[in-house]
Amino acid sequence: MTPFSYQRADSPEGAIRLAQQPGAKFIGGGTNLLDLIKGGVERPQMLIDVSRLKLAQIDQLPDGSVRIGAMVRNSDAANHPVIRRFYPLLSQAFLAGASPQLRNMATVGGNLLQRTRCHYFYDTAYDACNKREPGTGCAALEGINRQHAILGASNQCIATNPSDMNVALAALNASVRVQSAAGERVIPIAEFHRLPGNEPDRDTTLRAGELIVAVDLPKSTLADHAYYLKVRDRASYAFALVSVAAALDIRNGIVHDAGIALGGVAHKPWRQREAEKALINKRLDMQSMHAAADILVRGAQPYEHNRFKVELARRSVVRALSTAGGVA
Amino acid sequence: MSDVAQNESVSRVNVDGINSEKVVGLPLDRVDGRLKVCGMARYAAEWMPPRMAYAYMVLSTIPSGRIARVDMQAAERTPGVIGVMTHLNAPKLPQGGRAAVNPPAGRVLSLLQDDQIHYNQQPVGIVIADTLEHARDGARALKIEYEKFAAILDFDAAKRNAYSPRKIQENNADSQRGDVKAGIGDATYRISATYITPLEHHNPMEPHATVAVWEGDMLTVYDSTQYVSGVKRTVSKTLGIPTEKVRTICPYVGGGFGCKGSSWSHVVLAAMAARHVGRPVKLVLDRPQMFGPVGGRPNTEQHFEMGAAADGKLTAMTHDVISYTSFIEDWTEPSAMATRMLYACDNQTTSHRLAKLNLGTPTFQRAPGESTGTYALEAAIDEMAYASGMDPLAFRLRNYAEQDPDKNKPFSSKSLRECYRAASERFGWSRRTMQPRSMKDGRWLVGWGMATATYPTRRSPAKAKVRLLPDGTAVVQSGSQDLGTGTYTVMTQVAAENLGYPVRMVRFELGDTALPEAPVSGGSQSVASVSPAVRAAALAARAKLIDLALSESNSPWQGASLDDLTVENGWLQSRSDRSRREPVAVVLARNDGPTIEADGEAAQGEEKNQYSMHSFGAVFTEVRIDRDLGIIRVPRIVAAYGVGNLLNEKTGHSQLMGGIVWGISMALFEKSELDMRYGRIVNNNLAEYHVPVNADIYDVDVIVVPERDPHVNPLGAKGIGEIGITGVAGSIANAVYHATGKRIRDLPIRLDEFI
Repeated sequence: MTPFSYQRADSPEGAIRLAQQPGAKFIGGGTNLLDLIKGGVERPQMLIDVSRLKLAQIDQLPDGSVRIGAMVRNSDAANHPVIRRFYPLLSQAFLAGASPQLRNMATVGGNLLQRTRCHYFYDTAYDACNKREPGTGCAALEGINRQHAILGASNQCIATNPSDMNVALAALNASVRVQSAAGERVIPIAEFHRLPGNEPDRDTTLRAGELIVAVDLPKSTLADHAYYLKVRDRASYAFALVSVAAALDIRNGIVHDAGIALGGVAHKPWRQREAEKALINKRLDMQSMHAAADILVRGAQPYEHNRFKVELARRSVVRALSTAGGVA
Repeated sequence: MSDVAQNESVSRVNVDGINSEKVVGLPLDRVDGRLKVCGMARYAAEWMPPRMAYAYMVLSTIPSGRIARVDMQAAERTPGVIGVMTHLNAPKLPQGGRAAVNPPAGRVLSLLQDDQIHYNQQPVGIVIADTLEHARDGARALKIEYEKFAAILDFDAAKRNAYSPRKIQENNADSQRGDVKAGIGDATYRISATYITPLEHHNPMEPHATVAVWEGDMLTVYDSTQYVSGVKRTVSKTLGIPTEKVRTICPYVGGGFGCKGSSWSHVVLAAMAARHVGRPVKLVLDRPQMFGPVGGRPNTEQHFEMGAAADGKLTAMTHDVISYTSFIEDWTEPSAMATRMLYACDNQTTSHRLAKLNLGTPTFQRAPGESTGTYALEAAIDEMAYASGMDPLAFRLRNYAEQDPDKNKPFSSKSLRECYRAASERFGWSRRTMQPRSMKDGRWLVGWGMATATYPTRRSPAKAKVRLLPDGTAVVQSGSQDLGTGTYTVMTQVAAENLGYPVRMVRFELGDTALPEAPVSGGSQSVASVSPAVRAAALAARAKLIDLALSESNSPWQGASLDDLTVENGWLQSRSDRSRREPVAVVLARNDGPTIEADGEAAQGEEKNQYSMHSFGAVFTEVRIDRDLGIIRVPRIVAAYGVGNLLNEKTGHSQLMGGIVWGISMALFEKSELDMRYGRIVNNNLAEYHVPVNADIYDVDVIVVPERDPHVNPLGAKGIGEIGITGVAGSIANAVYHATGKRIRDLPIRLDEFI
């Protein structure tokens, strides 16, 4: 472990000021960053502890939206009455992630920045990882790539985003509120995470020195029919092979609105508005669900060990939608 | 026995208040349980001798080649680093570091003696510093350049050069009886099938850890090991120092599962490092380091040809096994051993072959051979039963072996029929419909499968010592190990019962080479080996106590007969006159408080040659598979075992249940994923090397059938450490076939197969 200095920030402004130091990184719960530091993947020169910032509350705003502070612990968010009642999809996604011990530590802001579980990224003995060392290649392309992407990947990187929370946030049209010396800005969740393209070392569109202060959820309309399906190799404490966040607004038997996102299949939560359009203004039936599923996996490109994921993703979409819509 | 709760027999028996009359067999709580849950049981890495330094191993990142260049300067200059050792400056050991090699216990180690690289994750250096963080930082700064050689990592290619190991410990690699060709020719039904099991790594919660302390020429090794005496011998011989100059201490082990049965490179390296820096040194492997330099289960490919007559009688069986081994040592997964004795079949051949790969040497992993072998055999038997149109249980009963068909000897005991009956009845097997995919439940495909479990009953020589202290307590010692399985507890029970002492007055000590020698805690033999020695020592001490009472000049016991005296619940007691008794402490005090000492030893005798000794069991499994998503669940397993005399109902059930959980793990979860370009295991952490979590385990119902076996040892106890894993994977695979109609012949069975 490369030696680093440690500073506890007492305000967002202070944290942002400290972040201008070279090699500085924010640390919240540390459930991912510390592992990466121990493994030599991340080598920060300075850690700015933002976990005590007063950003740990969940507020209902006058317009009906909800603001989750960046330092709210995953378990607190999952069990918060407002989240459980108005955003059950998000609550389910939180509880599908990691283990109780990790959820007790992990913050919402940190979860947004969780890094990929690609084997070749995690173990520095592999000499080819464009995400870890740009320009070195991608060992996963022809390696053990069972957990890797089938959608939106590039020949530079086929890693997936491992977060469950992010998938639900994508389906719920959340946005990420960030603060920097230049002020605040709001990034829609769809634009927050990136596809790898030619810069797989960049997971997000966050700019240097920006601090995540909150996640905003628009007024809930999708609470009544929500289901987070996580398909994985064991019943708990495993990353998704495929996950589906599905939430529907059904009125008089007709789908009025829908949010669907896939996890475990791409460098970011995978959402296609067209898939949702295939459901809207119709009854939820096998035909429309299959149509949505087909659109979501359109253009899928599997690799040697993850061919099963394409069909699994398609079936998972149908299962999640039918469970959410109560037509199972 | 007031503390034995009536209705909660396997959870509520506390040490206090249990008297001595019938202690063996009781579901006694672990005597070391309190220490463990309070964090007061000291494990290897928790020894903190003064001035201790921390070592971190540097492992190779290529699978084959040589070290072309080493730059130690940056590592040496790292803050806190006090020593760096590579092959350039490591002391030359006798016989190039191979003086202790005595397979399978003494392994071929990687001790920085040359520049050759034979496997990825081979130790190539060691950095010693004042803190773990500094040592790890220094390790990262150690610059090693390699000259890469072509590595052999493709098992399918390597197996074309497979060779016979000739001997697998005391057994032959091949076996042959009858005429297989004729038997296949005579068959009405035939099957031919090949099964694959993957590389696995043990991963106990406590990784390997060693603290080495030199005091002059005396070396103390605190090590997490299944074999303190083995560590002592390996370290002393490898370093070329007298055996009596090494002491190994290991009171607690946080799981072994076979990987701690041998002393691997890090143990010797810790001693070398401690001498190098002139300070005690602690060396703990981190989790990724558990995947390579300390053994694992080799992958196997197992081929069967089988034939059965119209009535379901087996007419022929072949079982040919290929497993990998390293380029530095032969180690064979003996998968076909159980096949030789499990079913009556007159015509049979079995073989084991090895294929060399540039990986670390494989080793014993829970039920080596029997686990992988009974998976493949029991799946093949299921296929044969279906080919014959017979119920899988009926098919097994048709081919029941009344005696060992390989050795032509009677079994010392065999309760397999009773196990089949007990487990199948509780499971409800008779309600099964044989047709695959015939037992659906909504979107779940339901499958019921079964398999036979078996494990050999082994025993090795062991010694024990009993000391009766003047305060009325007893200390009982044997240099055995407790892997978390209950050795402390069970030996306390055996000692208490045979001494006639209450359990709370007996303290059992183990895990130290200063104590009388006991064998490796492996092969499910600790109880069978050590308890007879403890019993012998306890009975001898008790006899000495009675002698003392009778021989003293002013004894109130004068005139009593030897036969009339006994010790019960810590009291010297007349059998004929219940009112005549006194505490043993009083007897000893009257004699100026002597300490009575007695030794015991025990070893197997002629019975070994007269009988074939094995445990047997039957495993019945229900699986449910989501017909769309392929998700596999195991809602219930019912298993029955005949394991002789169970010495502690609670720890025994726990161990059998733990074995079953591991069988589920083998069937559905565990696989070390090898990248064949690098020779490295990619999922080298516990987030991605999957073992079951609680949510994966539903009902596990363990039945122990009554079984008396006077031949295995004086306590009639068979080992239970490993039989639990056997048969489970086969049972699950068979249930999966029943649920889906699909034979998956490659473990682990994952949802990919059903998409």
